[in-house]
Amino acid sequence: MSYRPRDWSTQPPLQDAGYKSTGLRGPSKPLVKAPQSLSELTGPVFGREVLGTLDSDLTRNGRVKGEPLGERIVVTGRVLDEDARPLANTLIEIWQANAAGRYIHEVDQHDAPLDPNFFGGGRCVTDSEGRYRFHTIRPGAYPWGNHPNAWRPNHIHFSLFGPAFATRLITQMYFPGDPLLAYDPIFLSTADEAARRRLVADFSLEVTEPDFALGYVFDMVLRGRDQTPMEG
Amino acid sequence: MGRKQTPSQTIGPYFAYGLTPRQYGYPFSAIAGADMVPEGLEDGERIRVQGRVLDGQDTPVNDAMVEFWQADAFGRYAHPADPQASNTPFGGFGRCGTGTDPESRFILDTIKPGAAGDGSAPHINVTLFARGLLVHLFTRIYFADEQDANARDTLLLAVPEERRRTLVAPRRETDKGAVYDFDIRLQGPAETVFFDF
Repeated sequence: MSYRPRDWSTQPPLQDAGYKSTGLRGPSKPLVKAPQSLSELTGPVFGREVLGTLDSDLTRNGRVKGEPLGERIVVTGRVLDEDARPLANTLIEIWQANAAGRYIHEVDQHDAPLDPNFFGGGRCVTDSEGRYRFHTIRPGAYPWGNHPNAWRPNHIHFSLFGPAFATRLITQMYFPGDPLLAYDPIFLSTADEAARRRLVADFSLEVTEPDFALGYVFDMVLRGRDQTPMEG
Repeated sequence: MGRKQTPSQTIGPYFAYGLTPRQYGYPFSAIAGADMVPEGLEDGERIRVQGRVLDGQDTPVNDAMVEFWQADAFGRYAHPADPQASNTPFGGFGRCGTGTDPESRFILDTIKPGAAGDGSAPHINVTLFARGLLVHLFTRIYFADEQDANARDTLLLAVPEERRRTLVAPRRETDKGAVYDFDIRLQGPAETVFFDF
């Protein structure tokens, strides 16, 4: 057993003219194609034992003396492989800006207020159907130095392990209808439009919690299993 | 088939409070850190592995996150896909940001792994994330004092000979034990080999 290769038709490149930081950081030599071994077919296993009780509720896990400001949202979905098999018991970590578009990270000096009651980090583990669920605050847009008047669209960072070292993924979830998506070089770095669309969550009235929070659905797909014999 | 892979996106510059909160002093628990040696672990030589991530102008990258995955002292991974799955308390996973050391190094305290027995020399698997990397990079750290095993390692042999040294960390002895130095070069003539597994 091994994992299917990274599908480069759905992935962004290492060098991207629009995203300036790739210029000095994206490797210039081609990646060396290599067969998978035990090192890539195994990987860290994290279960519910790493979770604190409020880890999946970002509307509560940073409270000091009141509620965080902003629009409460529910973000839920499934983690699947390419064969649509649910990936159960996999750890998801998220981090994001607050409603004003400011990260709590000390290097973020954007002139927008911090929210004393919002931290912006969370985690959860998928259930037996690969499902996860976070409560949080809709993150704001913020400016960045990539080009004049550059703004990042609203987004939540997602980090996933999946079943093996080979399936690791860090990505970003965007919001439907965000006008900034059309101008964002990070979002646009994935050339395939259909692939880009998979980074945008769907609004869902079904997921929306009455009198409490708007619902968004965001599924993520990791590399599937390849049943052809392992090379090497 | 039926579903297509979700595109990767950069980790960006602001991951520290979410992914490496303890290292950076944020009030959130951490799932893993740069000290991979659990209390009570008996087997394995304690080693330190440290280095910088250098960009195309040789400037140290101070907002990268490096992840490490390795076998225990007997070459066994703590994972069910390893038929000899490790039964020591060693989990095998570590994570370190490059933003807290004054020289922008990652500093990993771990044990020297054993060979996994599938034609590979002892090594540490590395995943690298940073602002400016839209897709994470895979590389490996091999050990310079494992010359014989390295000469037979199937992956090293698949790498053009002149680039193999970018994957092999020299060893030096210090008062506190063995230290392996491993700089990761993102570009240039001595660019580290990155794999597409």
